Amino acid sequence: MESWYWWMLLGMALVTYIPRAFPLTFLEGRELPPIISGVLRNIPYAVLGALIFPAILFVQEGNLLFGLIGTIAAFAIAFAGANVIVVVMGTIAVLAVYSLFIG
Amino acid sequence: MTFFNGIRAGLSIAIGYFPIALTFGLLAKTTGLSMWEATAMSIFVFAGAAQYISLTLIAKGVDPILIVLNTFVVNIRHFLMTASLNEKMQPDAAWKKAIYAFGVTDETFSVLATRKENNIRTSFAAGVIIISYGSWVVFTSLGHIIGANLPTFIKAAMSIALYAMFVGLLVPSMKGNRKVIYLALFGAIIHSILYWTGLLSTGWAILVATLGSAILVEILYTRIEKRLAKGSEA
Repeated sequence: MESWYWWMLLGMALVTYIPRAFPLTFLEGRELPPIISGVLRNIPYAVLGALIFPAILFVQEGNLLFGLIGTIAAFAIAFAGANVIVVVMGTIAVLAVYSLFIG
Repeated sequence: MTFFNGIRAGLSIAIGYFPIALTFGLLAKTTGLSMWEATAMSIFVFAGAAQYISLTLIAKGVDPILIVLNTFVVNIRHFLMTASLNEKMQPDAAWKKAIYAFGVTDETFSVLATRKENNIRTSFAAGVIIISYGSWVVFTSLGHIIGANLPTFIKAAMSIALYAMFVGLLVPSMKGNRKVIYLALFGAIIHSILYWTGLLSTGWAILVATLGSAILVEILYTRIEKRLAKGSEA
């Protein structure tokens, strides 16, 4: 690759960093209206919903059943009260067994 | 102490990044990037989805300026995340916040923002971010160097890791909290609708779904609270 790659990388780094850094530094110590801070406190759970669905169903291209089994396994283990790392390892184990013997 | 708690909390991210970073390194090699070029992208950009898309665009010979613009669109959702995270973090010097802001990804944000405590220590965030970033960078290089993939069944099984982590972070907050259930549900529904109708590209779709759900539920709940307050007055 020639020098354009490094210029592009600089651009990518800047446009990724600015949206990450601006709110954390600019909003420091500022009191926001209650409705705004209410919405901001809602963001984590709304974003988790949007990050999980529908993408979790498509982790294996063209194999919806695979994603569905993973989804059910993850929710089942999590609802049983396991901590995050157990949910991750358990779901991987379920799918490893599934794809080794069936998928 | 809190730094090491952060490292521990970030462990699932490090595991989840492993297959993705490894594959990224491998794909970067087949796209024609050198080991340094591939690793540098993981070092300086640190954004999975945007990095993957950039490889596809480089292979197609797309104008680098368009690749930068696309990166911006894909990552604009972090604006919302860091604005939200700011409400939960301990107040600290702007330069420290400017440093750890670099490490806010979908995954590190999710781990930090779902913590129960309301004043997350900077050192805890540093721990979460350092182990995640380390995994991302190291396994990018490794993927390029060994130039081979994991056995198919392991790779397939591990592709679920980050989603399983999101589920593992969400579910404990859902228990006994109807507001959290609605927030996640509306976020999921709006994103699914945007996905299947193809109305928006991924970056915008996640942003719109998140903001839409967060605003909708907030309005709904302020109304209910007002009505309850009125009811108790009468």
